Amino acid sequence: MPKAKTDAPAGDNPVATAADDDFALHSLQKALDADKRYAPSKEELLRLYEQMLLIRRFEEKAGQLYGLGLIGGFCHLYIGQEAVAVGLQSALDGSKDSVITGYRDHGHMLAYGIDPKVIMAELTGREAGISKGKGGSMHMFSVEHRFYGGHGIVGAQVSLGAGLAFAHKYREDGGVAMAYFGDGAANQGQVYESFNMASLWKLPIIFVIENNQYAMGTAVSRSSAETHFHRRGTAFRIPGMQVDGMDLLEVRKAAEIALEHVRGGNGPVLMELNTYRYRGHSMSDPAKYRSREEVQGVRDKRDPIEHAKAELMGMGVTEDSLKELDKRVRAHVAQAADFAENSPEPSAPELYTDVLVETY
Amino acid sequence: MAIELKMPALSPTMEEGKLARWLVKEGDTVASGDILAEIETDKATMEFESIDEGTVGKILVAEGTDGVKVGTVIAILAGEGEDASSAQQPAESPKTETVDEARKSGEKPAEDKKPAESGTANLHSDIKTARDPEVPHGTNMKTSTVRDALRDAMAEEMRRDSRVFVMGEEVAEYQGAYKVTQGLLAEFGPTRVIDTPITEYGFAGIGTGAAMGGLRPIVEFMTFNFAMQAIDHIINSAAKTNYMSGGQMRCPVVFRGPNGAASRVGAQHSQNYGPWYASVPGLVVIAPYDASDAKGLLKAAIRSEDPVVFLENELIYGRSFELPELDDHVLPIGKARIMREGKDVTIVSYSIGVGLALEAAETLAGEGIEAEVIDLRTLRPLDKETVLASLAKTNRVVVAEEGWPTCSIASEIAAICMDYGFDDLDAPVVRVCNEDVPLPYAANLEKAALIDASRIVAAVKKVTYR
Repeated sequence: MPKAKTDAPAGDNPVATAADDDFALHSLQKALDADKRYAPSKEELLRLYEQMLLIRRFEEKAGQLYGLGLIGGFCHLYIGQEAVAVGLQSALDGSKDSVITGYRDHGHMLAYGIDPKVIMAELTGREAGISKGKGGSMHMFSVEHRFYGGHGIVGAQVSLGAGLAFAHKYREDGGVAMAYFGDGAANQGQVYESFNMASLWKLPIIFVIENNQYAMGTAVSRSSAETHFHRRGTAFRIPGMQVDGMDLLEVRKAAEIALEHVRGGNGPVLMELNTYRYRGHSMSDPAKYRSREEVQGVRDKRDPIEHAKAELMGMGVTEDSLKELDKRVRAHVAQAADFAENSPEPSAPELYTDVLVETY
Repeated sequence: MAIELKMPALSPTMEEGKLARWLVKEGDTVASGDILAEIETDKATMEFESIDEGTVGKILVAEGTDGVKVGTVIAILAGEGEDASSAQQPAESPKTETVDEARKSGEKPAEDKKPAESGTANLHSDIKTARDPEVPHGTNMKTSTVRDALRDAMAEEMRRDSRVFVMGEEVAEYQGAYKVTQGLLAEFGPTRVIDTPITEYGFAGIGTGAAMGGLRPIVEFMTFNFAMQAIDHIINSAAKTNYMSGGQMRCPVVFRGPNGAASRVGAQHSQNYGPWYASVPGLVVIAPYDASDAKGLLKAAIRSEDPVVFLENELIYGRSFELPELDDHVLPIGKARIMREGKDVTIVSYSIGVGLALEAAETLAGEGIEAEVIDLRTLRPLDKETVLASLAKTNRVVVAEEGWPTCSIASEIAAICMDYGFDDLDAPVVRVCNEDVPLPYAANLEKAALIDASRIVAAVKKVTYR
């Protein structure tokens, strides 16, 4: 917990007294550079691959249902960024850690093993949806899975995530909070307010910047004076890590290094995951701010799923068995879509429930 | 199985569009992610991607076609291993499915309906009776300032529940900018009494997140004027989460601090936010007047499962009132209090206005007018019943509010009286509010801008036609 000033914070803190150029800011990056990739067993990699594939197929289906008018409003797809959520969350301890993100949240929920049916049914606004159809794409939560949303205000999840970390530390439950946000949110003022308090109070939190290169339609170079987002914590003495967010195994390795640091009581870590979204910002994005060739180039050369597939085949997994897996995932998603299309809408009285918990 | 490719809706409002260009031709092999066509909506030209692998069979809508309805089958895709030619025609004649039809087809009840994965079923809350508990006969009454009553409420709740902590600017070592948290650091230590940097947006978010994470935060704002920097978390994060999560995620946080005009601090430090927060569904808003209500309602606020905005007033922190010495003095949220009974007119008020209303009632009694004074205490949910019952008795209502008149609590009371008590009204409801200007610094102008007892007296005479 926060220390009283009488605790002389500078004196008992070797990190703070170290010279600026060699304090922990760079140590995590060095550890990652020394050994970049996690080495999974074949079975484990297959499982992670399946999770990424589930996110991709789910999001493709969501895009299709949007096209049919079954999903309304805003719908932000995660296609291209799958390795980030799967690589990071596979390293967490689901029994105590917590996760929070912004409005592009379907992938993070699927990576946490939340049933695709109740997610898809929320997208279609049905009573069986995880928020009873009252939240929609941007507002989904699963307290059971310690997934705290699903927040539509850009950057809000960073302060809220610091609050989750505060609760972990207050209760001394050993949990770590992971707060995802984008390169766009990284320019919000409250992000830095939270960095300051998280570092000051040594909160157990990993700040994850998913740099997908565009804040809606504005490229990072047009919005950000410092485009190396992992450096943005330096002023608050938060160590940064720059990670290839298209490489599942590098993401996983980086997550383990960061988690070890945070679980050791050393305060927050800031990770920048360089990734790319193939689809528009939301469904109604005409994508005029980037070329088709740029998108195709990433798909051809850096696709996280193709990358993991090649890895699996190198381990002796056959193309046929991967095709079978894809079929299974597609069937799973198709079932979720059927469920979401055929479930009833919320009943009219639901309009008035859940406004307040108590009756006054 | 052949897959029908349908005209997609590419924005929330699109009903039809132009198929501007095909980027594939019949017989082409496509993979998921390949761009099939360009479609023009009224707003933009969008790309239409394939989500399946296969071979393009028949193209059913030629490029350049205008006004293609959303849902129209525009091409057929043959799956892997299928003969593209066998998939040249859809099984049935191309069906033009509109958005509305697609929605309708989605309304079919599901056979295997499964409850949402929420913990709502396991939640339960006690329905409270909205009545002040009886103070047992013989209970000792002690004199307490509002300031001490608030501090005691926090201290008692912190002793009772280890999840309760207080955070804010200067709450710990400084002992509170207005000394409301005096002594808490010494008793509870720096883990539970936490000085924050001057970053309202950030610490309001941290408090809100901690509540989502299972704690019971009390977030003190040095004044509610500074909570403007944090209002996003109060409204968007705290107030809406329970609803947006279908009742799954609660946010039991208390935001508290002084509200309304202080003395000679100018416009930026002098504003009543009662009407702002009271307009937001999902919040509980409390604005007590005396020490007993301050203590009993703050304890109730800390125990509430809902997010509470607790509006105090700097000018009454130091006033002393009678307070029952009880082990656990908790009052009901959402219940107004009749401060003085009367038969000729009802004066409705809250917070510092209650003192002025009582002063006015005293003056009026000297002139033979018996005013009933109601302290709303809770601004949301508002106790309509108590106001309307009093209106039915006196047939006249004046609302006294230390705040601006436009979109005020006073306006809300006037609307409630018209909606539900029209037949009981013998005179129009009159609002006595501050002048509709930012609060000036100069002593004479400040005095002229704020409500006082004499204006309440004048309003009462107006509605009683004296």
